[in-house]
Amino acid sequence: MALQALHGVDYHCKKANGLEDDENVYLGNMSNQCQLYMPPLSKAESQVGEFLVDECGRKIKLNFAHGTTTLGFKFNGGVVMAVDSRATSGQYIGSNNVKKVIEINPYLLGTMAGGAADCTYWERVLAKQCRLYELRNRERISVAAASKLLANMVYQYKGYGLSMGVMIAGWDKKGPGLYYVDNDGNRMPGNSFSVGSGSIYAYGVLDSGYRWDLSDTEAQELGRRAIYHATFRDAYSGGVVRVYHIKKDGWVKISEQDCKALHYKYAEETKTA
Amino acid sequence: MTLQCLIGAKFNDFVLMATDMSHLQSIMVQKGDDDKMYKMSSNLVMAVSGEPGDTTQFAEYIAKNIQLYKMRNGYELAPSAAVHFTRHTLATHLRSREPYFVNLLMGGYDTNTNTTELHYMDYLAASVPVKYYAFGYGGMFTLSIMDKEYRPDLNQDQAYELLKKCTSEIKRRFLVNLPKFRVRIISKDGIKDLPHIVAEGEPA
Repeated sequence: MALQALHGVDYHCKKANGLEDDENVYLGNMSNQCQLYMPPLSKAESQVGEFLVDECGRKIKLNFAHGTTTLGFKFNGGVVMAVDSRATSGQYIGSNNVKKVIEINPYLLGTMAGGAADCTYWERVLAKQCRLYELRNRERISVAAASKLLANMVYQYKGYGLSMGVMIAGWDKKGPGLYYVDNDGNRMPGNSFSVGSGSIYAYGVLDSGYRWDLSDTEAQELGRRAIYHATFRDAYSGGVVRVYHIKKDGWVKISEQDCKALHYKYAEETKTA
Repeated sequence: MTLQCLIGAKFNDFVLMATDMSHLQSIMVQKGDDDKMYKMSSNLVMAVSGEPGDTTQFAEYIAKNIQLYKMRNGYELAPSAAVHFTRHTLATHLRSREPYFVNLLMGGYDTNTNTTELHYMDYLAASVPVKYYAFGYGGMFTLSIMDKEYRPDLNQDQAYELLKKCTSEIKRRFLVNLPKFRVRIISKDGIKDLPHIVAEGEPA
């Protein structure tokens, strides 16, 4: 966002599109990230989605990348976040190398589930807001405040088709923090959350293995295990299993392992046990 | 009609409010210690259900504005005045581009007149003072129990027992799992938490 000013996006966009008169509307979210170009319809009409037709008059089906498994839980030693890395659009696997943990700053992490573009965009706007808060107030933003900033931003666009289910986790004055925020405008603190199509499978493993007094390695393994089992059952989850751990001094990336390698590793362990 | 359940009952010296503690999303219980009650002032509580997102945003907006009124004028809005303000806000938004889809119960104690108050309000901004009411599918099971057993002169323990009857009926007959209820009492001493009700008995 600082880059676009440096590179003169304004100037080039104007030249390319000949939109000198209308450039403020066109570049709405370049100058202010919280001002997306709105459909010229009432909210009720944009919710129906009838205006989404192609040139032949057929309705365009919007396929959001919904398939995901992400999880996060608080315990004695901080917060563990674990995610898969598969991006799908409908039946098609777009990528198996997506970074679904967004590193907002050294003390704050966000996860991605739902529309990949929405999550990346709004969490990047959040990162900017958090940095500005830090510069203005000479202290880091709390997890509660950061998650509320995001929740308020997405609530503004409620009903306009944003699709995101994110967890914001970090460490602040109050210790470890974990919040769930989604495009309905929900925002809630909690000890454990899982989001995405594979969350039902992940919850199974997570809930049955969860204790407050887990050791650090046990907790990391629980997160990894839960995501692995979700990648096993859920066709829309897969790729690399990434595990992060947030402690007092900020987050640490623990591991990034292919779910296939994990599968054979776990299979070997059950055989020998 | 929602899966969430709000119960409120007004007695001579206090108001009891109970809300289920489950936050449901599609087929999942996302959270088991949810709080659907918001503190409006030192003796007024709002219990909200409805569209997720709208509920928190609306309740917090009303709560902050009631607090703002107190700061500006040096005294708090009486419960009935706060209810009128809430109804007005909901009604003006109703025919706007972005209406709030919230049903709510407001229970309070008026320290000037020493009376208890309970108000029903639905998303169409119809506001009615009531003796007792329950929102949601869960509420339908409890309303008849209330109709039969309610008396305005029940004491705190008896009223709590009445709520227990309601929640165990929800557990017995309602498809959805609402195991725990958060209970608050509003009286001349302000707002106090009572022990959570964990629904007893077997499903039918």
